[in-house]
Amino acid sequence: MSANRAISNTAPLRLPDVIAGFRRRAEADGLVEIAYTAMDSPIGPLLLAATEAGLVAVAFKGKHDDTLNELAARLSPRILEAPGRLDAVRRELDAYFEGKLRDFSVPLDWSLVGTFSRRVLDRTARIPYGDVSSYRDVARAIGTPLAARAVGNALGSNPIPVIVPCHRVTRTGGALGGYGGGLDRKTYLLTLEGALAGRAVG
Amino acid sequence: MPAGERRRRGVGLPPFQVLLDDHAEVVLRFLEARVGHVDAEDCFQETFLAAMRAYPRLRDAANLRGWLLTIARNKVADAHRAAQRRPMLSDELDAAVAAPQEPADGELWDAVRGLPAKQRNAVALRFAEDRTYDDIARTMATTPEAARRNVHEGIKKLRRGQR
Repeated sequence: MSANRAISNTAPLRLPDVIAGFRRRAEADGLVEIAYTAMDSPIGPLLLAATEAGLVAVAFKGKHDDTLNELAARLSPRILEAPGRLDAVRRELDAYFEGKLRDFSVPLDWSLVGTFSRRVLDRTARIPYGDVSSYRDVARAIGTPLAARAVGNALGSNPIPVIVPCHRVTRTGGALGGYGGGLDRKTYLLTLEGALAGRAVG
Repeated sequence: MPAGERRRRGVGLPPFQVLLDDHAEVVLRFLEARVGHVDAEDCFQETFLAAMRAYPRLRDAANLRGWLLTIARNKVADAHRAAQRRPMLSDELDAAVAAPQEPADGELWDAVRGLPAKQRNAVALRFAEDRTYDDIARTMATTPEAARRNVHEGIKKLRRGQR
């Protein structure tokens, strides 16, 4: 179009290249309010989503689309697949699943979490790798000893599972209790961390 | 669920990535047909950048493809006008919008910031936000004619400053 621009290539444009160019410019302009990617893991493909503030959501297989729609409705619809923004999270998760990392250090965005849930999840984040607490212990620790059930609900809606280790909360007496991602995943994670005696890591 | 809702949303807008997945190909082929391969890439990026800027304010998610093609049509018109009347300035402004941190573009935006307030705002709305003159007039509480005049006066000053 512009007379001063050299016509170096008249071949049809490849859509993935054009989209990649757009993504770079959108990121440079600060338009990507939520970046996401998917990664493989031993507990199935994980969706990772981050705002400028930090990791805002992790979702298990089957919940990726619902999670992105929820982010669009509740935080911002300016959401793009932009894997580069999740590199640090992916590296930490890979190391965790290889048994080489015990404590996550990536910044978190708690936008999806309400006040009570935030207290529950903050307390949960302090349960050490390899350890478990009961719902009742967590309820007591945050000063609401009668709220074990509410604690369970808050953990069940943890938007950042694995990294905020809600899998480390089990029922008093040793039963596993529930898990938003299903009990197989909870068992896998606790076994990986050595919190379940006598089970081999797969 | 928690009361952490940061913004009110009237319509259920899908994640912007869905617009790319569903409509990028149609938009690109439309642009290639209208402006050729060489300019289609720029027009495509301008189209989706403008769409992403405006997206959270979109009131109706019923016809996203039509909405994108309307923006694409405007970009084609811009490209034609740019080629005819003000190729250098338009290219530089567009580049500045795309990557404001590059030093050469920074100079241009410094110049824009140096314009009188009405011209500065009108130029920014027209080129950085891709608003129509009617829209600029509403935003600046003036008439479309005055908005157009402010943009043109601003551009004239920028051209003089460029020499």
